[in-house]
Amino acid sequence: MDFSIALILVQDGIVNGAIYALLALSLVLVFTVTRVVFIPQGEFVAYGALTYAGLQAGQVPGSVGLLCVLGAAAFLASLWAERHQLGAGRVARLAAGTLLLPAAIAGLAWLVVPHHPGVVVSALLALLIVTPVAPYLYRVAFRPIAHASVLVLLIVAVGVHLALTGLGLVFFGPEGSRADGFTDAIFDFGTVSVAGQSLWVVGLAAALMAGLSLFFGRTLTGKALRATAVNRVGARLVGIGIERSGEIAFILAGAVGALSGVLIVSLTTIYYDTGFLIGLKGFTAAIVGGLASYPVAALAAIGVGVLESFASFWASAFKEVIVFTAIIPVLLWFSLRHHGVEDEE
Amino acid sequence: MATPRSSLLLTALTLGGIVFGAFTTSAAAADTLRIGVSVAATGPAASLGIPQRNTIAVLPKKIDGLDVEYFVLDDATDATKAVANMRKLIDENNIDAMIGSSAVPASAAMGTVGLEKGVPVVAMAAAAALIQPMTPEKKWLFKAPQNDSLMADAIADDMVKRHVKTLGFIGFNDGYGDSWLAETERAAAAHGIKVVAKERYARTDTSVTGQTLKIMAAHPDAVLVGAAGTPAVLPQKTLHERGYKGLYYQTHGAAIPDFLRVGGKDVEGTFLPVGPVLVAAQLPDSNPVKAVALDYIHRYEAVYGPGTATAFGAHAADAFSMIAAALPAALKAGKPGTPAFRAGLRDGLENLHELVLCHGIANTTAQDHNGLDARGRVMVTIQDGTWKLLP
Repeated sequence: MDFSIALILVQDGIVNGAIYALLALSLVLVFTVTRVVFIPQGEFVAYGALTYAGLQAGQVPGSVGLLCVLGAAAFLASLWAERHQLGAGRVARLAAGTLLLPAAIAGLAWLVVPHHPGVVVSALLALLIVTPVAPYLYRVAFRPIAHASVLVLLIVAVGVHLALTGLGLVFFGPEGSRADGFTDAIFDFGTVSVAGQSLWVVGLAAALMAGLSLFFGRTLTGKALRATAVNRVGARLVGIGIERSGEIAFILAGAVGALSGVLIVSLTTIYYDTGFLIGLKGFTAAIVGGLASYPVAALAAIGVGVLESFASFWASAFKEVIVFTAIIPVLLWFSLRHHGVEDEE
Repeated sequence: MATPRSSLLLTALTLGGIVFGAFTTSAAAADTLRIGVSVAATGPAASLGIPQRNTIAVLPKKIDGLDVEYFVLDDATDATKAVANMRKLIDENNIDAMIGSSAVPASAAMGTVGLEKGVPVVAMAAAAALIQPMTPEKKWLFKAPQNDSLMADAIADDMVKRHVKTLGFIGFNDGYGDSWLAETERAAAAHGIKVVAKERYARTDTSVTGQTLKIMAAHPDAVLVGAAGTPAVLPQKTLHERGYKGLYYQTHGAAIPDFLRVGGKDVEGTFLPVGPVLVAAQLPDSNPVKAVALDYIHRYEAVYGPGTATAFGAHAADAFSMIAAALPAALKAGKPGTPAFRAGLRDGLENLHELVLCHGIANTTAQDHNGLDARGRVMVTIQDGTWKLLP
């Protein structure tokens, strides 16, 4: 191996790592706010990617139907959950958020698709279609059992993951897709050439992380989310609606997942079930951050990306083994540092 | 909730249903050939299983005066599920033969059930290991697709023709990749080609940059991608981006329209061995496979639309043709639905003579449960976004 190969590998690792970092961040966010280990995070990557690819190919993807059906389910679930304190105003607001919004997005998709939308329009539309799926899922699957143990929430998350993977096969078919990126440009830096799309990935990931940090540090909603993460009971006592917090966390997770998908579908082929493995690598990084620390998780994600890249060069047959084995020393370190059984909450 | 009267009525209805069901089954069994099918309509092998499942719907409903009834189940590319499917079909539907599955592990598992229950199984998975070497455990297992060794030899022959001396291999990190790596090493050694790089990747990998760099550092004359479906595009695209100038070979697992769609311009000029059905229209009229393959394509596309027929789906049609050809021997041995009939069917499957299939011409023996020879494959290249038969 010479220096230029190492540089290419590092570059490749950083681009993949940036995506893992985004997923790791949203996993940490969802876990700290709602205690849900959000296994279906990866599905949002696949859905975002394939919806974007479908829009570019001039089709209205099946995920639009999912959005509408899930919206209706969320409407019913919310009506049931709030059946004791429903007013006409609340019902109207619920209907607007869960029935009208998906219908409007679906209508927009039907209108725009025949006109062969450009890259930016397709990307935004894909985000619009996929993002609301997350909060609807929260209302249908997680909010009714918000006070259950972490294990129960995890099992439900696995169930949601399996359901979404199966639906992905129905919507997008067994074969993968690729789509055009934001740019075809390639920049030469001496011996290394960098694809413009890679710069987009890293740049947008960095911008998003900076945005999230501002959101958590400067806005009231962000502070409410942090408060919920630190202490759920305390947050409720000071008047923060933890269900609202949970919903916002899921919206962010959905948006981050869909955006990651839109970004990488021009770099590689994405399949209906690709998301799981990508999500799992983000999860590995989130674990290194103790499912609590954003900066550690982000750095660990870059580390996972680079490790993966070098592992694929030296021992491609054992790549996944190497990447996922890396988690063991971290877990060992955690269990040595914390004595005794950790309590939840 | 349930009053005594209503539950009595329910019991009567249920019993009636059972009696009626038993009556219809026994009445139909005598002149109905019952074929169980287990395909991977979901899971990793779904791109193979879906066209195979679709093919079953266009197969003949009547043959040799027998009605044919198909029972199609999905095994989700899971060997355990495939076995459960097959046991269910045997116990509940009294099937005479089984077609499936799409992937190797499920097919092998179904072969053992076939041995235990005395039901012949015709697999639609490719690995030669399913039926070679022939042992008593594999006695009831047959296989429609070509052996991968046949395809590997075709690739090696073509490489010799194009003066390839060194070869780089990148393949799936699973049974498909293992099988192809072993076959490639064997065929390459036999043809004096040196395999200088052996790399692996996973179907769901998003990057193969590392493997690609390693292959390019070894400077092979050609690269063979041992992968199936659209995932086979990624290594080739990455090599292309990194400026690799040698020849590209793919396996017949890549021979689906989606490979062309995802690969686009980057897969132009790739060489691959395929079953003749893929380029049926380009075959010379003298080739007996042409008529059979075109007939299958017409029947399939009449239902599912133009351009939808695939080589994978044709394996299901071939599996049925093999069973149909074995039928006269089975009918001599007994009536459908009896063990004697199934044993006769198995013996018939072992004695196919010059049977023309979509994928070639089969001559099976007690030792060879596949029977396809060099007429079962052709070399094609990709030209202007479509498959082009090479002379």
